Amino acid sequence: MSDRVRLSVFGASLAGLLGLVLWAFVGLPDFGDYRGPYGDILNRVAVPERSTTDVVTAVNFDYRAFDTLAEEFILFAAVIAVASILRTLRGERTRQPDDDAADRHVPETSLPIRVTGLGLVAPTILVGIYIVAHGHQTPGGGFQGGVILATALLLTYLSADYMTLRAVGPSRLIELAEGLGAAGFALIGVAGLVAGSAFFENVLGKGTPGDLLSAGTIPLSNAAVGLAVTGGFVFMLSEFLEQALTRRRDRRRGRGGRSTA
Amino acid sequence: MVLARDPLRQAMVASIYGLVLGILFFLFQAPDVALSQTVVGAVALPMMILLALAKVRGGEE
Repeated sequence: MSDRVRLSVFGASLAGLLGLVLWAFVGLPDFGDYRGPYGDILNRVAVPERSTTDVVTAVNFDYRAFDTLAEEFILFAAVIAVASILRTLRGERTRQPDDDAADRHVPETSLPIRVTGLGLVAPTILVGIYIVAHGHQTPGGGFQGGVILATALLLTYLSADYMTLRAVGPSRLIELAEGLGAAGFALIGVAGLVAGSAFFENVLGKGTPGDLLSAGTIPLSNAAVGLAVTGGFVFMLSEFLEQALTRRRDRRRGRGGRSTA
Repeated sequence: MVLARDPLRQAMVASIYGLVLGILFFLFQAPDVALSQTVVGAVALPMMILLALAKVRGGEE
């Protein structure tokens, strides 16, 4: 195919694509022009029915909590997949996280980075807990707060080193948090069945809108999801760190070790 | 046209795009989504790319 033919084919398809995209954009509703009935209904009923001032959380952890349970287990499955792919393979060995080239000069983590990083750990944890705990009142919730809590552990890695991270967040504890959170969220759903109504029915007292302890099972669900997400993200990132820092192909076995893996 | 061909720079660009998308979500009055987008798109995803890069480059020697 000559350049000329190639360009004309490209030009024709680009013109077609641009036409279709423009056509699609012209048909878009205006900003703020909401057409579905559900959003308006939920905006009206969520505060009196569920005592939540954040309707998004009311949808995620109450009205459509079943969907969130599936999403929770998507994350769970992804974490397990990462863990099984990044396990120590045959023909690999685990070693101390030293540098491969002994003569290479690696700059020490500078003092300002250390101080800033370690100083940020406590505020990050506080913000994470705040976002999980106030999920039913302000934007945020278990997922967002959980990821923020996970970044607090990464800050210890950035400002100290890998061994300190292992000491602060032992893998046994992280796995426990991940499992307890995921199971706890599913059990909150079962609590609805035990109380004699539907799966994920909000069976606890709703309280006053705006109180920290209100909205029934929604804060509990947020806490469980926060625990699971923190555990999942820390577990996944420490698996990556471990793979990058401490696993090496065993040189004594050479390429033979690779083919058996 | 690709301006950043180095994967390390691409991870940084992905992080900036994640942050910008988070700000856009916030401006269009979706603060819940903005929070998720910022923490995942601007922090967690580039972090994983960086760690994978460290592993891949360590194996090249």
